[in-house]
Amino acid sequence: MLRYAVKRIMTGILSLFVLATVTFFLVRLIPGSPFMSGGVSQSVVEAIEEEYGLNEPLPVQYLSYMAGLLQGDLGISYQDPGTSVTEIIARAWPLTASLGTAALIVSLLAGTGLGILKVMSRKKAVGHMISAAGMAAAGIPGFAAAILLLLVFSVKLKLFPASGLYTLSSYVLPVISLSLYPTAVITRMMANALAAEMGKEYVLFARAKGLGRGRIVLTHALKNAFLPVLSYAGPAFAYLLTGSFVVESIFTIPGLGREFVDSISSRDYTLILGLTVFMGTVVILVNLAADLLAACLDPRIRRNFAGREG
Amino acid sequence: MGNTKGHLAGRNRYGAVCCAVLAVWIILAVCVPVFGPYSWSEQNARIQNLGPSFSHLFGTDRFGRDIFTRVWYGAGISLLVGMASALINGCIGVAVGAVSGYAGRAADMILMRAADIIASIPSMLYVILITLVMGAGVFSIILGLCVAGWIDMARIVRGEIIRLKNSDFALAARMEGIPSMRILFRHLLPNAAGPAAVNLIFLIPQAVFTEAFLSFLGVGIAAPAASLGTIIQEARSQMIVYPYQMICPLVVLCVMLLALNGIGTLVEERIAGVRCE
Repeated sequence: MLRYAVKRIMTGILSLFVLATVTFFLVRLIPGSPFMSGGVSQSVVEAIEEEYGLNEPLPVQYLSYMAGLLQGDLGISYQDPGTSVTEIIARAWPLTASLGTAALIVSLLAGTGLGILKVMSRKKAVGHMISAAGMAAAGIPGFAAAILLLLVFSVKLKLFPASGLYTLSSYVLPVISLSLYPTAVITRMMANALAAEMGKEYVLFARAKGLGRGRIVLTHALKNAFLPVLSYAGPAFAYLLTGSFVVESIFTIPGLGREFVDSISSRDYTLILGLTVFMGTVVILVNLAADLLAACLDPRIRRNFAGREG
Repeated sequence: MGNTKGHLAGRNRYGAVCCAVLAVWIILAVCVPVFGPYSWSEQNARIQNLGPSFSHLFGTDRFGRDIFTRVWYGAGISLLVGMASALINGCIGVAVGAVSGYAGRAADMILMRAADIIASIPSMLYVILITLVMGAGVFSIILGLCVAGWIDMARIVRGEIIRLKNSDFALAARMEGIPSMRILFRHLLPNAAGPAAVNLIFLIPQAVFTEAFLSFLGVGIAAPAASLGTIIQEARSQMIVYPYQMICPLVVLCVMLLALNGIGTLVEERIAGVRCE
């Protein structure tokens, strides 16, 4: 277990390093200076660039950026001088995190429930309906769903607020549009894993013992079927973060996603860089935690690893 | 498989519908901009924001452009991006997976660790940065999609090759003295074609989705060119007054994605069924 954990953590650190490095150089490669707009004279641009350390050679800039990164300093926003990127993240992250957490909980509950229902139901129509709904939810892009929900429920029916994140009811539409896709994925994973578990011998034994189908699924098979779902945690977080770009800009929520979209259109490089590094880090850490947790719960993962190495 | 005949027939009908929809979509995407009466980019101030009618099936946008023509032009760009990037990612993935699986040892270790690292960072972030560096356009989106799009394919092909490498027929081929390159290309890769094909099909809707997502954010295909995502983005500013300007491209995009995903799912089921038998 320890060897697996060390190796996995090393890969995680390497990923973080690659992420920060690649992002730094890509952002520096973006053509044009962020200060060139609006007839500013060359000398002023140079003065500003000196202030931000942009006149230094690239390797020096890179080293000072990485040194700052280690201390949690992501630099200062270009477009909003006086505000550090860390402050912007601290302001916007809680909104995005609360939306994402709500969407994650909804999709876990709905996905698990629908997955169980699909396996347990004796009616074929139920299974078909869940499959069809799953395909629709997986196929329709999140932004399309968000727009349609906004048009129907906020604009036409006026049931939910169209913007902001002030009351509980304003969470409903963004959370639904964010959780559609993960719900579809979790439902499918859950149903497949449960169906596979139901064919195993311990289930046969439980049935021979006289346990009901419901008891078998809920107390025996469900535990084992959760592992594949755990491996989806990383991709789910990545989806929720990138999904927040569009959902937050459609529902005008001042979260991380909207900051990111704004920073792109205003060419605010430090902010783009900082937000990319921050979001990448979140996803890498979630992946890491999910893998370690899976190895803790399932001895087969540890054993496979040991077998492959030795 | 436990499939009854009726079930299989139902799946076949569903597959036929998906294929037919995709065929119609491709034909419309090619024919409407080429043979249609309107241009997808020419502006006409006298026919701004017209509702749907016989002469303009989806109406016109705020620059007086025919939305029907624009939507199909955009669908063509979306499909082009999807298919081109799927093809490139497929080739890279098969190559990396084959080398990694067949060579093993250090090559396998390095390639798979590199894949792990690239895969652990959300690919959308790379694609956005690359389109910012290269400038918005079809080429930079395809390039961005190719940074991380090959990884699933490489993992699948690698797994298949490792499984097949030690099978009896591969061993027999090696004992015959057939060069290893020939074994890989003639004996192992064709047997890995099934799972690879499934992945290749699913790469297309993924790429179409990513492109639409980026264009919707304003970092994808830039004006005057247009993809479905761009058209949806352009309609957003007046979506409350003229919702059809947004709903038409939205529906075309969703139906396209559903058809592509449906074809992928059915091919996947069919291959899994063949394997079980």
